Amino acid sequence: MALMPYIAAIDEGIHQEMRRDPNVLYFGQNLATTENHHFLAAYGSDRVRVTPISETAEIGIAVGAAMAGLRPVVELYMAEFMLVAMDQVINEAPRFRYMSGGQVKVPLVLKAGYGFTAGWAGQHTGSLTALFMGVPGLKVVVPSTAADAKGLMATAIRDDNPVVYLHHYMLTLENGEVPDGEHLVPFGRAEIRRAGGDVTIVATGWMVARALSAALQLAKQGISAEVIDPRTVAPLDLETILKSIDKTGRVVLVDQATRHASVSGMIAADIAEHRFNSLKAPIVQVTGADTTIPYSEPLEAYVIPDEARIAAAVRRVLK
Amino acid sequence: MSVPPPDSDRQVWMFTQMLRIRTFEERVKRAFTDHPGVIRGHTHLADGAEGSIVGSLGHFREGDAALSTYRCHGYPLVLGSDPKAMMAEIFGRTGGLCKGLGGSMHLTDVKHGFLGTSGIVGAGIPHAAGAAWAAQIRKKGNVVLSFFGDGASKQGAFHETLNIASLWKLPVVFVMENNGYNAVTTSAQEDANAAAGEPLAVKSKAYAMPGVTVDGNDPLAVYGTVGEAIERARAGRGPTLVESKIYRLSAHGNIIAPPGVPLHYPEHEAVAVFGKREEYAAALRGDPVPRFRGTLVQSGVLTAAKADELAARIANEMQEAVTFALDSPFPKLESALDLDYNYA
Repeated sequence: MALMPYIAAIDEGIHQEMRRDPNVLYFGQNLATTENHHFLAAYGSDRVRVTPISETAEIGIAVGAAMAGLRPVVELYMAEFMLVAMDQVINEAPRFRYMSGGQVKVPLVLKAGYGFTAGWAGQHTGSLTALFMGVPGLKVVVPSTAADAKGLMATAIRDDNPVVYLHHYMLTLENGEVPDGEHLVPFGRAEIRRAGGDVTIVATGWMVARALSAALQLAKQGISAEVIDPRTVAPLDLETILKSIDKTGRVVLVDQATRHASVSGMIAADIAEHRFNSLKAPIVQVTGADTTIPYSEPLEAYVIPDEARIAAAVRRVLK
Repeated sequence: MSVPPPDSDRQVWMFTQMLRIRTFEERVKRAFTDHPGVIRGHTHLADGAEGSIVGSLGHFREGDAALSTYRCHGYPLVLGSDPKAMMAEIFGRTGGLCKGLGGSMHLTDVKHGFLGTSGIVGAGIPHAAGAAWAAQIRKKGNVVLSFFGDGASKQGAFHETLNIASLWKLPVVFVMENNGYNAVTTSAQEDANAAAGEPLAVKSKAYAMPGVTVDGNDPLAVYGTVGEAIERARAGRGPTLVESKIYRLSAHGNIIAPPGVPLHYPEHEAVAVFGKREEYAAALRGDPVPRFRGTLVQSGVLTAAKADELAARIANEMQEAVTFALDSPFPKLESALDLDYNYA
């Protein structure tokens, strides 16, 4: 184990796979612009390249390289930059394996940060996870710890399908213990971050830390909350969530995204369908407001879920 | 750098492939009347492009790859795909090239080097560049051919990809089949170069890449021009934009209609939309298939009797493809959710 920031753990995951498999490529804008850049120095310019600001070509090239047998990782920096190239993300990369009757595979990773609510205003702060979640053929991962950041990246690179790897910008410098050597985190397996028996809280990314703080505060009042981090939303480990609800009968879903484009909305629908009769209270969602993220600091804080709002939601379902 | 012309055997092979594409496409078109309802959605035919397709693919080697648009029936036929499997795919049947999951617009045959087809205009151009990156890394002298239409050259994907391909000297040849129409819009209505009377090949200048215009109705000319571009790419000197001027002899596609309305091929847009009967008549007079037949008979490479014999054999081959596809059952319903190509 080594203590390192989330962002360094992502690099570790990429290094681990690039060392292991000569087919792994890493490229993107402003990446490796000097010869001593650690990725370029280690793997050379056949495999590590800087690109112009051309998201459609960057992702499209990744699709073609993947069809030809390589495993590209595209550095996109911001999730919103994928919006420039949505055809490639949604209607190209995840389609070819199916449309070709399984003749080609498209193993690629679209690495992008999201949720940068640190004064980046309206166009660089979105939590677009749910936009990708429902696209057949795309996998979507949202690590919340440094260890998962490494392990999910490695698994993403080894996966034979396109993976949208969304790292949360607010977690960039969060330190965490990261396993040394080969580390892989399986897709579709949620992690119970805190065990509890009174209420189930589901959260991803930065919201996991806020849910844990709320749980800690609630514990002081004698309320025992279980906090579940799905870690990957496609595939989604619904089983772990339902099992927890079987125990608690109460659920609060936390999502930084706007309410009507949230992962929590999808999870709520699944819970309602499968556990309607065993719920002791209505499902409550704590989500971002349905608004563009404002620039001004107090306004920004006002529209995204925080510890107090999560705790209040828990008290509501316990009434 | 110039490419030696194809020998007699190769010329006969080229004519044979052109005739196979033409006959296959005629059978696809005829299916709308012979077997109504068998073909669904939207099909796009390559009649008129035969000389350009065969001339371009005449240099294809093991390990090379080709990618195209939804107008994709011609290339795999030349590369070695089984017309039975192609027709079964277009009919959505078992035994289809892509198991009935792709259809007319998405023919793919990886083992013959036909890597993929996108139905979105321009979207496949970066895919070709990506495959060319793989070829560049593997250093075996392989190239990738990217086929698209003149309409695609107004997409961002085209411009972004030509820039990167030239910058990285990727072994790719961009073959723009300029048939003068983007669906029902003429080039002069939507292309600044065309409106200014310039060849579309000039677009390459913006990306420090050679651009050549060739008569796509002449398979020998295409063979020479694309051949040079391929040699250049194999030698590590980077991509070329080839504008191959052809005339699409059928309409853009079959009519677009909701279920219940029988599908058919309308008249070509030149006639149906613009009333340019003489333009279309001239295109028919320039039809590359009879034109190349005439060239080969005149030069003594092929006798008229041999050409007729070839036509009869190919007619039979394509009849068998139609029969196979019609006789083939629909795929098992569960195959729509098969984990092998659909993870979730």
